[in-house]
Amino acid sequence: MFPFNFEWVWDIGHYLFFGGFWYAIGILGAGMTYCIAKAAYDTVKGSQDNHH
Amino acid sequence: MDAALIPEGAKRCSFPKFMLGIAIVGAVLLWGVYAMLLCWFKGLNQTNMNDYYGFALWIWADLAVIAVGGGAFFTGLLKYILKIDELKNIINFAVIIGFICYSSALLILAIDIGQPLRGWFIFWHANVHSMLTEVAFCLSLYFAVLTIEFIPNILENRQLNKVPFFHHLAHNMHGTMAIFAATGAFLSFFHQGSLGGVAGVLYGRPFAVREGLLIWPWTFFLFTWSAAAFGPCFTLLVTRITEAVTGKKLVKDNVVHLLAKISGWMICTYIIAKIIDTIYWATVTAPGLGFEMSHFYTNNSFYGYWILVTEVIICGVIPGILLINKTTRENHSLRLLAIILGVIGVCLNRWVMVLQVVAVPVMPFDTWALYIPSWQEVATTILPVAYGIILIAVTYRYLPVFPQERELNQSKAQES
Repeated sequence: MFPFNFEWVWDIGHYLFFGGFWYAIGILGAGMTYCIAKAAYDTVKGSQDNHH
Repeated sequence: MDAALIPEGAKRCSFPKFMLGIAIVGAVLLWGVYAMLLCWFKGLNQTNMNDYYGFALWIWADLAVIAVGGGAFFTGLLKYILKIDELKNIINFAVIIGFICYSSALLILAIDIGQPLRGWFIFWHANVHSMLTEVAFCLSLYFAVLTIEFIPNILENRQLNKVPFFHHLAHNMHGTMAIFAATGAFLSFFHQGSLGGVAGVLYGRPFAVREGLLIWPWTFFLFTWSAAAFGPCFTLLVTRITEAVTGKKLVKDNVVHLLAKISGWMICTYIIAKIIDTIYWATVTAPGLGFEMSHFYTNNSFYGYWILVTEVIICGVIPGILLINKTTRENHSLRLLAIILGVIGVCLNRWVMVLQVVAVPVMPFDTWALYIPSWQEVATTILPVAYGIILIAVTYRYLPVFPQERELNQSKAQES
């Protein structure tokens, strides 16, 4: 899972599998971080938008 | 008692009646939990699996719920990426159904691996040459996507939405949902496909093995395609059941017709590909490996040609035709028949690709290996159904799942 695991090898299999895995986690993590940070900012700012 | 939590303007049954329903389904759930604990504490000897039948009822249930849960990713793709706006009226429910299906799939896997405490090994010590590793990665990540898609609906609960932070969070998550939906579609494409790919690369199993494109056997594409085709049928079926139980119309006909039409065209294109695949396998692949087609459908008491005809013609061609034809699609009973047949068809396909594959004898000294699941396997397979009913009941009661519910039932409420 991580390069410091004993069975890690820098080969195409690990590039593809873990490249995709961390890429997807990165997108989901960044997306949620943005939403949470913006929600916190909006809350502090007190903006009132009610259109979903 | 819980009126403050119920969506504004929505009519729900009394709290005691609701709790009685939950208690009845909860008893079934507890039966499943008991069987699950038996499997965890006593081991997989509680099942009727053996060295011949390493894949059994659970893996079929796993593949089936993942296939019918495909309605969530496909509806999300249509709504957020292809911008088919009418589907906003059913997307919440599609996501809840997907969430139930994928959490059930993960639960079944947690029972099936026998030692759930080592479940994390699949990530930590991943075998990067295994399609099932890819399935595990995509399944877990897509479950995270479904959770993210479900959260805004939870935050729109009448009381939670009064909290400014939750209100803004739900709003912002709606705004960025296209990114999550696109990620979900990408992940779904690969895990649905890899589940089919697992069957297609079983070189020792001539019933399953297929040629393909590069490293992907044709079953890879057929599984993804069938999930996208039949998943919306399951969404429509559960919506119809919910309408019948609640006695209310929850989604407008134009939305149902649209999703049914898209599903119908997907089913038709899929079934053409499936028929071509079956003919090629029966006339080229299997004979090339030394087997006649009849070998896979005769000399046993269960698997006959009936299963092929039922899967492809009765539960494939017929629902496809019924759903692409405007007259039959807009006929309430025929549409219901089509979506029921469609759901049965995709579940039957997964059964064939999991259980018939391992039942067929492959060596000259082999015989058909038919298997009957133990009660523990049956109970743990019914467990997700009970869990799904409870989650749908709770979400329907407390969350604004159906945006058109109020409008569709306003006149009815005024009359009463």
